[in-house]
Amino acid sequence: MITALYRIQAIFFKELTQLKRDRMTFGMVIMIPLVQLVLFGYAINTNVRHIPVALVDHSQTALSRALVQTVTATQVVKFTEQYNDIDSAQKAMERTDVRAILFIPHDLSQRLARSSSVGLGLPAASDEQTSRPVAQWVVDGSDTMIASSIKSLRSMPLVELLRQPANRSTPTFEVTLFYNPEQRTAVNIVPGLLGIILTMTMIMFTSAAIVRESEHGNMEMLITTPIKPIELMVGKIIPYIFIGLLQVIIILGLGYYVFNVPVNGGLLPLFGVTLLFIAASLVLGLVISTIATNQLQSMQMTIFILLPSILLSGFMFPYEGMPLTAQYIAEALPATHFMRLIRGVILKDVEFTDMTFDVYWLLLFTVLGLVVASLRFKKNLD
Amino acid sequence: MATSPEWVIQAKQLSRHFGDLKAIEQLDLNVEKSTIYGFLGPNGCGKTTAIRTLTGLLKPTSGEVTVLGLKLPDDAEKLRLKMGYMTQKFSLYNNLTVKENLQFIAKIYGISGLAQKQRISELLSVYGLDQKQRQLAESLSGGQRQRLALAAATLHKPQLLFLDEPTSAVDPENRREFWEQLFDLCEQGTSILVSTHYMDEAERCHKLAILENGLKRADGSPEELMKNMAAKVVEIEAQGIRQLKQQIITLPNIITAAQLGARLRVLVKDSQPDPLAYLQHHTQLANDKLNLVRPSLEDVFITCTGGGRQ
Repeated sequence: MITALYRIQAIFFKELTQLKRDRMTFGMVIMIPLVQLVLFGYAINTNVRHIPVALVDHSQTALSRALVQTVTATQVVKFTEQYNDIDSAQKAMERTDVRAILFIPHDLSQRLARSSSVGLGLPAASDEQTSRPVAQWVVDGSDTMIASSIKSLRSMPLVELLRQPANRSTPTFEVTLFYNPEQRTAVNIVPGLLGIILTMTMIMFTSAAIVRESEHGNMEMLITTPIKPIELMVGKIIPYIFIGLLQVIIILGLGYYVFNVPVNGGLLPLFGVTLLFIAASLVLGLVISTIATNQLQSMQMTIFILLPSILLSGFMFPYEGMPLTAQYIAEALPATHFMRLIRGVILKDVEFTDMTFDVYWLLLFTVLGLVVASLRFKKNLD
Repeated sequence: MATSPEWVIQAKQLSRHFGDLKAIEQLDLNVEKSTIYGFLGPNGCGKTTAIRTLTGLLKPTSGEVTVLGLKLPDDAEKLRLKMGYMTQKFSLYNNLTVKENLQFIAKIYGISGLAQKQRISELLSVYGLDQKQRQLAESLSGGQRQRLALAAATLHKPQLLFLDEPTSAVDPENRREFWEQLFDLCEQGTSILVSTHYMDEAERCHKLAILENGLKRADGSPEELMKNMAAKVVEIEAQGIRQLKQQIITLPNIITAAQLGARLRVLVKDSQPDPLAYLQHHTQLANDKLNLVRPSLEDVFITCTGGGRQ
């Protein structure tokens, strides 16, 4: 037992020394979370604003100009082009110069006067009159996110336009937003990014670490020594646990100071779930390393795991919106469980014990993976 | 003299196949303690496979192997503490220094503290690596790297050392030195099994086996092999050696003829009782142009392996 620990420690220090000499890898350990967090923290935004749109104004009145200003004031769209006819505006949309066209018909003032959006004036309007919209949006619907942003303008109030007092309307539902009341995307992205970056670096490092030994011929020497497969694997994993924790500190620290993402939960559950996820990812990397025969293969398999981890784990799109089959696939990925856990701990201050399913799942994954990797790792050349 | 020799390796009818390829076939092997045993053979003859099977890295397809009294492959793990293995390709870490590599190996074998320190400084001075101990392994010369590999393989003082083509990337000067070190180890009681395709190296072994296509063609000490060779060697001095060679190799009872500068070295089968008269009759050369000479190991090798390679 003592000699086993001694051998693990030998592998551990050897790995650290090699890592220290590999400046590029060492740099990436720090730069990957740093650059990606800043990049994505600013870049990823689900509140779409300032969509470039074209204007086709057949009314050409003070009223139409006021309407355009009201729409601009919402900040959802930005009028970048103006055309006289709808055809040339459509051409602009085909070139993706603009993503939508606002068409204002010549009879804008009649339509507006009778529109329900400004409150019905007198005399009472007929059904036919009230059902006529004020103007029309022609939208490039290929991007659903942009489409729904413009759709949200569909029933915007126009009371300011006619300087009339607003209709006091009571909403059907009262909506209270918990955990992220200001609706800032970064609050959701930063903890998620933690999962994605850890998935990437942890799986990649371990899968390459063992494959590299066989590729450089070191494995032939190692297997003639008394070292046992499990000792080799544990010794290889431990340095990367520390690297993983270093990345966690970088991401959450930066998230706190730059993006103002609060850490509501305690540090203990935070590091608890993170360590669990790091262990699961490292073990997954080990399993890959027992399958791959060179570093390129291990890299390809890492990407094979990484892409669904980004797209299906709930990092980018809500898990609930996916079809059932995709949900089953997502369930198999450690990243999915980590997304729930980390968002729970960071944003909702959930106790460890309240999310036992995900915790047990990650534990089970780690143990199973370690067994599979040890069984697959051969200590001979057969 | 009546005591029976102590065997460190005993293999009976050892075979190892990779699918249809018979890498080693029906190999019988006995290696005596404190000797250097050589595997001589061309590339791809099964030397590396034989070594890997004897170290327990490969399971034999059939046959029995006992190494240091341990039955393989069952006791392969126990054997690892008692043997050292130097691979054909440099298999230490290029991005660790000489000392770090040795420290790593020492820890793997559970050698710690003062014992580790003493053993490493001893090895560094024995193998002339004192000055290089802080240098990365990748920056060493071929000879230095080889010495480092030998130091690492002998760090835990193994009773049995396997060396797979240890000097294939080393110049003759370094090769001589390397063999001096092997003999030192041998004298200290280490048994060594070495594979090579160099004749001069094979000649230094106490005993050797000639392998071809997975089969053992001959074994014994170099002297025995040369004495018992099934052919005689005749050297001919003459004009127009190229034509003479073409003429001679078509004769029956001739195994091969090879030009050495101005001479032609001819191997004549033992079935020809008087090779000198035989050759003289066929070449019509003067008597003093033909000489019977002492066979070399290369002659043994060519005779054993059929000599079809020209």
